[in-house]
Amino acid sequence: MSHHVIPRRVYFVIAALLMLLLAATAWVAELDLGRLSVVAALGIALVKALLVILYFMEVRYSSRLSWIVAGAGFFWLLILIALTMSDVLTRTAVTLPAE
Amino acid sequence: MAESATATALAHQFDDLEQQREAGYLGMWTFLVTEILFFGGIFTGYTAYRALYPEAFAIGSHHLDYWLGTINTAVLILSSLTMALAVHASQLGRRRSLIGFLAATMTLGTAFLVVKWFEYAHKFEIGWIPGPDFAYRGPHAPQVELFVSFYFALTGMHALHMVVGLGILAVLLVQARRGRFSSEYHSPVVVSGLYWHFVDIVWIFLYPLLYLIGAHH
Repeated sequence: MSHHVIPRRVYFVIAALLMLLLAATAWVAELDLGRLSVVAALGIALVKALLVILYFMEVRYSSRLSWIVAGAGFFWLLILIALTMSDVLTRTAVTLPAE
Repeated sequence: MAESATATALAHQFDDLEQQREAGYLGMWTFLVTEILFFGGIFTGYTAYRALYPEAFAIGSHHLDYWLGTINTAVLILSSLTMALAVHASQLGRRRSLIGFLAATMTLGTAFLVVKWFEYAHKFEIGWIPGPDFAYRGPHAPQVELFVSFYFALTGMHALHMVVGLGILAVLLVQARRGRFSSEYHSPVVVSGLYWHFVDIVWIFLYPLLYLIGAHH
């Protein structure tokens, strides 16, 4: 993997993009978008994380096996959150009919 | 000369340097997967309680210092850049710039922790500490207290990872000064870089989740 040396320019471009996205997320948070605020904030965070993973962590230039290992970690996180929330969001107090 | 450098860099259980690097890279990612799930547990708890008490979480978030959070995010992004440049320097065997970028990364990491220190000190001053003396007595007080608990758990674990990262960088710095790394052997720098970037990613999610949800109120 690290046989491939990424040009320094790539790192500077990625850092500049991350700073732009930071400005964007701070700006979007000032607007009142209702429920969309969360979507925008997390969407931007996700893009930032992807840029770090693919370029700074060099996953983009790594073997398929590395892709699977890194991807599996985030996939399991998704399962953890999705299944937990499917319970939290649908649980309501059930009242049994009186006998 | 080149051959002897390869011979000392290569551990005997590997066929060649490429395989050795790949193994180190994958091993670190395997560790990071456990870290994703470790932080993931706290993030899931946060998500569940935020879904239950959105107003209280917005109030709590509103009381955090939005600017300090933003500045710290920028500091961490810069530190990730200098770390990536340190890895780049190590891959090319440039010892002096490796040392410089490692020192720059440590400086930025320390700056982050100093800002965090002042933030925590302020929380203690105004009594925003979960417990019997929690100072906030407004609406949704117990749920706001829960938010503050998540704030300390998440940022505290993150700060602890930063301290560990600074320790790792200090060891790398000493080794780099002794000329331990070359364009043949630099896996410790690459692997430590992965760790540092991962800690940056955790903060990338903490920043909007903790600091930004109350911003528009």
